[in-house]
Amino acid sequence: MADAEARHVVEIGYGGNERLVMNMGPQHPSAHGVFRAILTLEGETVIAVDAVIGYLHRCHEKLAENLTYVQYPSIASKTDYVAAMTAELTYVSAVEKVGKIDVPRRAQYLRVLVAELQRIASHCLWLGTWCMDMGGALGGGATVFLYAIREREMILDLFEALTGARLLYGFHQVGGVRYDLPAGWTEQCRRTMDFVAGRIDEYEAMLEDNAFFLVRAQGVGVISRDLALDVGVCGPLIRGSGIGYDVRRTEPYSSYGDFDFKVPVEMAGDCYARYRVRMVEFRESIKIVRQVLDGLPEGPISSRPGVKSVGQVRIPKGEGYTRIEGARGELGCYLVADGGAKPYRLKWRGASFSNLAVLPHIIPGCKIADVVAIMGSVDPVFGEVDR
Amino acid sequence: MPPLVHHVLAGAILLGALVGLVSYVTLLERKFAARMQSRIGPYYVGWPHGWLQPIADGIKLALKEDVVPDAADRWVYNLAPLAFLVPCVLIFATIPFAPGLGVADLNIGVLFFLAVSSLEIVGLFMGGWGSNNKYALISAMRAVNQIISYDLPFIFAALVPVVLTGSLRLSAIVEAQRGLFGWHVFAFGVIGPLAFLAFLVATLAAENRVPFDILEAESELVAGFRVEYSGMKFALIQLAEYAHMIGTSFLGALLFLGGWLGPGSQHVLVGALWFLLKAMVVFLVVTWVRWSFVRIRVDQILAISWKLLLPLTLVLLMATAFVVALRGAAGA
Repeated sequence: MADAEARHVVEIGYGGNERLVMNMGPQHPSAHGVFRAILTLEGETVIAVDAVIGYLHRCHEKLAENLTYVQYPSIASKTDYVAAMTAELTYVSAVEKVGKIDVPRRAQYLRVLVAELQRIASHCLWLGTWCMDMGGALGGGATVFLYAIREREMILDLFEALTGARLLYGFHQVGGVRYDLPAGWTEQCRRTMDFVAGRIDEYEAMLEDNAFFLVRAQGVGVISRDLALDVGVCGPLIRGSGIGYDVRRTEPYSSYGDFDFKVPVEMAGDCYARYRVRMVEFRESIKIVRQVLDGLPEGPISSRPGVKSVGQVRIPKGEGYTRIEGARGELGCYLVADGGAKPYRLKWRGASFSNLAVLPHIIPGCKIADVVAIMGSVDPVFGEVDR
Repeated sequence: MPPLVHHVLAGAILLGALVGLVSYVTLLERKFAARMQSRIGPYYVGWPHGWLQPIADGIKLALKEDVVPDAADRWVYNLAPLAFLVPCVLIFATIPFAPGLGVADLNIGVLFFLAVSSLEIVGLFMGGWGSNNKYALISAMRAVNQIISYDLPFIFAALVPVVLTGSLRLSAIVEAQRGLFGWHVFAFGVIGPLAFLAFLVATLAAENRVPFDILEAESELVAGFRVEYSGMKFALIQLAEYAHMIGTSFLGALLFLGGWLGPGSQHVLVGALWFLLKAMVVFLVVTWVRWSFVRIRVDQILAISWKLLLPLTLVLLMATAFVVALRGAAGA
């Protein structure tokens, strides 16, 4: 029978030691974008994982060489599209460092303001998607997701009022920021912060009093202190493993030195510890936003006059590296300028990329269901991994 | 009317009612979930509040292309939805909706229900195996694990009212629950409530709902055993799942909540209404749990069953038997 010969039977791979190779992604409900994990299973237990990345590569670093200093910030926001504000900030900070350009105080405050709002928005999306990974789109996870998205929307409304955009903002520019706060924005922001602060209590009540959530999160995907240092994870992952490393504190940039905030540290290193770190970060970010609104100085928002052509900003020859604490960890940008209107070279250091490198160390030995829980707790954004 | 005609007619009516009930229970669940998640739910198809949505869904599924994977085991793959559906519908044969209203009030009603409902695993496994898909295979593996583990506590919990009544006939069990606090859920202090709780938990697992829906587990296994199904076959699987869910809700209402008993239940229709109401309460409790918990892992699910639920239901059953025997001795 020709038909029968043409049939291709999927290799089940139950020979000998009963191992099954299963492909998760790049098209998978919990792939968080386009992550591909090739799992080797023995029954339900994962014994090896082969992580494949690169499905979202868009030549970002090459693009940066072909776009001027005025054009690129809005493209930089597409590296980490979930937290676009911080990606822009990294790029313009690098340009300002190499070009030795001053930034007015009001602009510095506004940069901190949007960076912290962005952290809250990004953590909202993380909480929702992580719970959805554990609870399913047809279960309690979806409930948390919809709640968290509701709060993220409120912050996106603030950004829309500020910049006119909801995802990729183009808010930062070399020498300052592009937009000043519109009338009534401060009050709206304060109301939103009060509302979000109340909701975070609600999430904690819903999750931490829930035994099923705890058994899924506690003791799962433990990153030891040594492993965290060896692999070089950053952001909530390293703080969840007992190391209080936060660029905002160790090397304050912009105007972070002016504000009072805590850097949460958890010792356990499991998914629950990372969850706790982010929940405290929600509150600390709200605290910083309130301090910025209270202490916002008057003055210009940019040290440079508005440009009339895209090639007008020129940076003298030199090179420099800046790093900031994004929602996912340390985000870096290395810039080489040759005196023209475009960078000579640019290198991104994505937080998600180095965080993802820890997966092959912690996934083997856990169950299939834990793979998605661990993936979610790492909170990768593939725009930033593949660039 | 000859009994054969009567039974065929009653069966046909029940089957029709069942399809309608299942369709509208999905709407109820969607509205309920939407309320929990501060959404609106189905709204546009049919005014008011999208009441035509289930019909639109049915038509959509019927019109979909039926895809059979090249590598599938055709016979097993095509038969699986039927093998899954038949036991799930058959459980309704023995359910009395009101005194005298039902297809067949068997004297072994509870036994029949439990035996037939545990047959659904055959269809599930056929679907998972026949699809020749790794996600489906792992899901089928989990299904066998889970259903075998939870059928035992489910049966033991369901046997508590049987022991209390001394009959396997469902209508007799209902009649034994007359009185203000006669429902079996209130029986003997803690025994009744605990047995009902154990029954609910085992129900969740038997229905494969969150937090026990590791068969479907769409964040890990995409859609589990039904990942390759589309069109009418998918619709049949959905129908079977919901029919099973409603069936177990009916059983819960009959065994623990006094079935059709309630004010005015001497009229058949009022009694049937009470019964549906109680069954929907059980269904909504299960739905409520579903939309507020996260899924737990397969090893944790098995641990709950073997280490907690099974000993608990066994002890409950023994305690019930002991109390009933004592009462019998005292009476004699």
